[in-house]
Amino acid sequence: MNAAFDIKSLVQEIDYGTPASEAEQQVTLTVDGKSVTVPAGTSIMRASMEAGVEIPKLCATDMLDSFGSCRVCLVEIDGRGGTPASCTTPVGDGMVVHTQSDRLDAIRRGVMELYVSDHPAAWGEKAGTGASEFDKVARTVGLTENRYGVDGRNHVKQENGVAPGHGSLTIDYIARDESNPYFTYDPAQCIVCSRCVRACEEVQGTFALTIEGRGFESRVSAGMHEAFVDSECVSCGACVQACPTDALREKTVLAKGVPERSTVTTCAYCGVGCSFKAEVKGDEVIRMMPYKAGKANHGHSCVKGRFAYGYATHKDRILKPMIRERVSDPWREVSWEEALTHTANEFRRIQYQYGRTSIGGITSSRCTNEETYLVQKLVRQGFRNNNVDTCARVCHSPTGYGLGQTFGTSAGTQDFDSIEQTDVILLIGANPTDAHPVFASRMKKRMRQGAKLIVLDPRRTDIVRSAHVEAQFHLPLKPGTNVAMLTALAHVIVTEGLFDEAFIRERCDWDEFQDWASFVALPENSPEVVGQLANVDPDDIRGAARLYARGGNGAIYYGLGVTEHSQGSTTVIAIANLAMATGNIGRPGVGVNPLRGQNNVQGSCDMGSFPHELPGYRHISGDAVRAIYESLWGVKLDDEPGLRIPNMLDAAVDGSFKGLYVQGEDILQSDPDTKHVAAGLAAMECVVVHDLFLNETANYAHVFLPGSTFLEKDGTFTNAERRINMVRKVMEPKCGYADWETTQKLAQELGLDWNYTHPSEIMDEIAKTTPSFAGVSFDLLDRVGSVQWPCNEKSPEGTPIMHIGGFVRGKGKFIRTEYVATDERTGPRFPLLLTTGRILSQYNVGAQTRRTDNVVWHSEDRLEIHPHDAENRGLRDGDWVRLTSRSGETTLRALITERVSPGVVYTTFHHPDTQANVITTDFSDWATNCPEYKVTAVQVGASNGPSEWQRDYDEQAKQSRRIAKLEAAE
Amino acid sequence: MTMQPASTEIASRTAAIIQELKGLEGPLLPILHGIQEEFGYVPQDALPVIAEALNISRAEVHGVVTFYHDYRSQPAGRHVLKLCQAEACQSMGSDAIAAKLKSLLGIGFHETTRDGSVTLEPVYCLGLCACSPSAMLDGEVIGRLDDEKLNEIVAEVRS
Repeated sequence: MNAAFDIKSLVQEIDYGTPASEAEQQVTLTVDGKSVTVPAGTSIMRASMEAGVEIPKLCATDMLDSFGSCRVCLVEIDGRGGTPASCTTPVGDGMVVHTQSDRLDAIRRGVMELYVSDHPAAWGEKAGTGASEFDKVARTVGLTENRYGVDGRNHVKQENGVAPGHGSLTIDYIARDESNPYFTYDPAQCIVCSRCVRACEEVQGTFALTIEGRGFESRVSAGMHEAFVDSECVSCGACVQACPTDALREKTVLAKGVPERSTVTTCAYCGVGCSFKAEVKGDEVIRMMPYKAGKANHGHSCVKGRFAYGYATHKDRILKPMIRERVSDPWREVSWEEALTHTANEFRRIQYQYGRTSIGGITSSRCTNEETYLVQKLVRQGFRNNNVDTCARVCHSPTGYGLGQTFGTSAGTQDFDSIEQTDVILLIGANPTDAHPVFASRMKKRMRQGAKLIVLDPRRTDIVRSAHVEAQFHLPLKPGTNVAMLTALAHVIVTEGLFDEAFIRERCDWDEFQDWASFVALPENSPEVVGQLANVDPDDIRGAARLYARGGNGAIYYGLGVTEHSQGSTTVIAIANLAMATGNIGRPGVGVNPLRGQNNVQGSCDMGSFPHELPGYRHISGDAVRAIYESLWGVKLDDEPGLRIPNMLDAAVDGSFKGLYVQGEDILQSDPDTKHVAAGLAAMECVVVHDLFLNETANYAHVFLPGSTFLEKDGTFTNAERRINMVRKVMEPKCGYADWETTQKLAQELGLDWNYTHPSEIMDEIAKTTPSFAGVSFDLLDRVGSVQWPCNEKSPEGTPIMHIGGFVRGKGKFIRTEYVATDERTGPRFPLLLTTGRILSQYNVGAQTRRTDNVVWHSEDRLEIHPHDAENRGLRDGDWVRLTSRSGETTLRALITERVSPGVVYTTFHHPDTQANVITTDFSDWATNCPEYKVTAVQVGASNGPSEWQRDYDEQAKQSRRIAKLEAAE
Repeated sequence: MTMQPASTEIASRTAAIIQELKGLEGPLLPILHGIQEEFGYVPQDALPVIAEALNISRAEVHGVVTFYHDYRSQPAGRHVLKLCQAEACQSMGSDAIAAKLKSLLGIGFHETTRDGSVTLEPVYCLGLCACSPSAMLDGEVIGRLDDEKLNEIVAEVRS
């Protein structure tokens, strides 16, 4: 298995110098006597590389458009004068190119000599790594002398007493900028090739860098000559990746040296699922380098994936199993054997005492498909019940329900590349520049090419307006009015005749459409009525509807702002209705795409993590489906759905649910109504937490099983575009076992005959039993890189775009979407609406990112409040405020901003001491119980410090995290 | 990643200029000219206001402003004297002229005399190579500089 990747070497991807041409016409030319055929519009540089001839270059790289500034890549072309730059010269049919000659050698050496002279004392292996592209090119062109000196000041004489700086005649030394925690900027080593500036613009789309000054004074500048960390820079690292010298370099590489080997794997942060080369020296990850062949990210990354991996070796990681009798006791470190035997005995005891259904498990959206599959298998085969649920319950369960009902599949319809053909992006309740940054960069790129954007969000998120991109329409609707708003859009589409009748007649049920159309056309669904309700200009609603319906390829992307509501499922259905009504489904550039929050939330749903579904979204009540597993697992399966997470907690409080195995989820911090979660956990007799850290849930645990990071295991993650990506082991598990091994050992202790020797065998079992995964195997993934399910006989290499030619369920189903306002209302006591969200540098509950230098950017959760609301309450920016809801109260500091509308406040939930979920209520989606995180009526007032709950919680957490010294344990 | 708020006065005067010019195709340079005319220099606090209004990054505005030496980051003196330091003038002794002028005025290039009377700047070719060494005082060119002319210039700016 993985033979190609077991070789201990650095995976080097070829840099073709310029991007591939998309042209269909082919052109044949000769490079150094070799014939090569490439698409028209390809650069000579790229064509040469494809012919196996590498032309030296400095300012070119295939992630960026050609620039033609370094003058090192010159070539000679028969029949043409001069020495054109190969990066900017396109190929021509029959062209004869020479990349080597005495003349070219002399020019390249001369150019490099000038660069080196202007590279103050840096050329030489002392200042940088000695392994940069610049160093290599200097060697390649055979540079042996430097007649200009190396002080970099010999071109223009420096006058005594003239202050250096702006307009100075000399190149003056600028100190290194070490402000970014992850990389260094050393202006002295810069050759002003602009690759960093162009990467920031073309790839990332932030435009945080520029070249300041001119001539010899030209320098790369972040912002307005600011420190990187103070500038507009979002620390995605694209500039560092692009830099051909060591001017921008990872601090780890400078401190520890160049990596020696690498492994291609998949990022464990968000649902984009970027591919990375984990570059290692010894047993230490030196850097995470985005993998250009990765089909989700195409060589780009964000600050989390590229830099925030330090949690994997953080001292807080718990590496030994621990148990305790009562949660008030300190933890006692024990052997794996003791911990697992104890757990199995406890689970058996509880089931004997309280019944078969008194225990359950929670699968993790952070773990691999294989691990998730095993946890649900443990529950179904070992616990003999269906009490299994997953954190998708609290995020995208309505997506599964809504898209399942209307289209017949519980997943996004497109691949990410589809965005390249989108003309109108309809973004609903999602903040991609913070939560899905790599995909946001592609959205912004497409917008710079002319695509239009409509945003439905109570907040003015960055994508609404930032450098070079601007939404045509931002509908800042009141939290909780999604369904009304989407129905109003449909109202315009139907009443103005903007629907696609041919598509609907062919792909959907016409009668159902007519029923739906008559419903949406009702006057109460008009923009004029809804606009009043949602506090949005009706003209904007009409404009947005027209644009989506008639602006070309319309694609909907949505996030948790859609699902985490009491009408989350209805909103998803409303979205599906819009796409069907306008014919925006079933081809590239269109579709309905949930932006999934966690690396493997799609996978955990696919793997049968829900109490009512077996893998592949097949209902547990289906006899034929159960029969597949019953014969394979040799047990009779319960045909009734089990308990969802909130039901488990309710049952625990009632005394009928006593034991829980939680793999890689922190339900105490991430689930709503913290007090209720705490009460449920406290009522259980055996809570087993399987995690990297003593998370918040572990405060109530009796057994702690150490987990393994994504760097320590083999397996697969499935991203938001249904892409199954390989996760490959980079280092041995620090605690001894990968998570799948631990689950297997627990299963064995419970008497199950599990004998998997590698996750590939688990995937084989998944493929054997699940039609949509029938063709998936580790061999296939190693061969083709990744596949998007369904992957079976019909589509052996996966399905990038779904519902082509017809819906999975047969006819697309229009469903009425009656707006029912949430029971959570504002009133005199709680006049403001709180909505919650995320920020770029932190991830989810923050267990990982809080343990990295990312805290530089976001060290605490802040409450965003509109200046009017702040003024009414006498609050100033940075003041401590008390945030109160019907559920509870907490304190945090205010951030006064016009990003939120008056009447709306916003915060993030990355830090446990803020406890944002003490505030959120236990209202939830009618269909799936997905909690209503996005709407809570609150009051905000001045405060002096932490609330009583925060103090009690802190104390309890501190007590609960004690680990007894080994001597004391006996 | 947060910015100090631009001083309100600069921000509001900048906003007025932007409002007037932002309809132009390629409005950034005209706006910068307008601002330099308004304030006598391009205040750093004006840059984020421009960036926000044109929906470009602060970095981009900074890149453009620093590319053109004529956009000042500080107010100039009452007079601006530009001394050519390009090749033709150098061959005709502009180095010596520069040294002399600096000592007469007591300032170096890119500096303004303490009384605010004059700012001295190098310039790279005024197109007066035939009359080297040359200079420009408040927009008027002066050719064939010699000691006498220098004294006249100094007297004029000091008056």
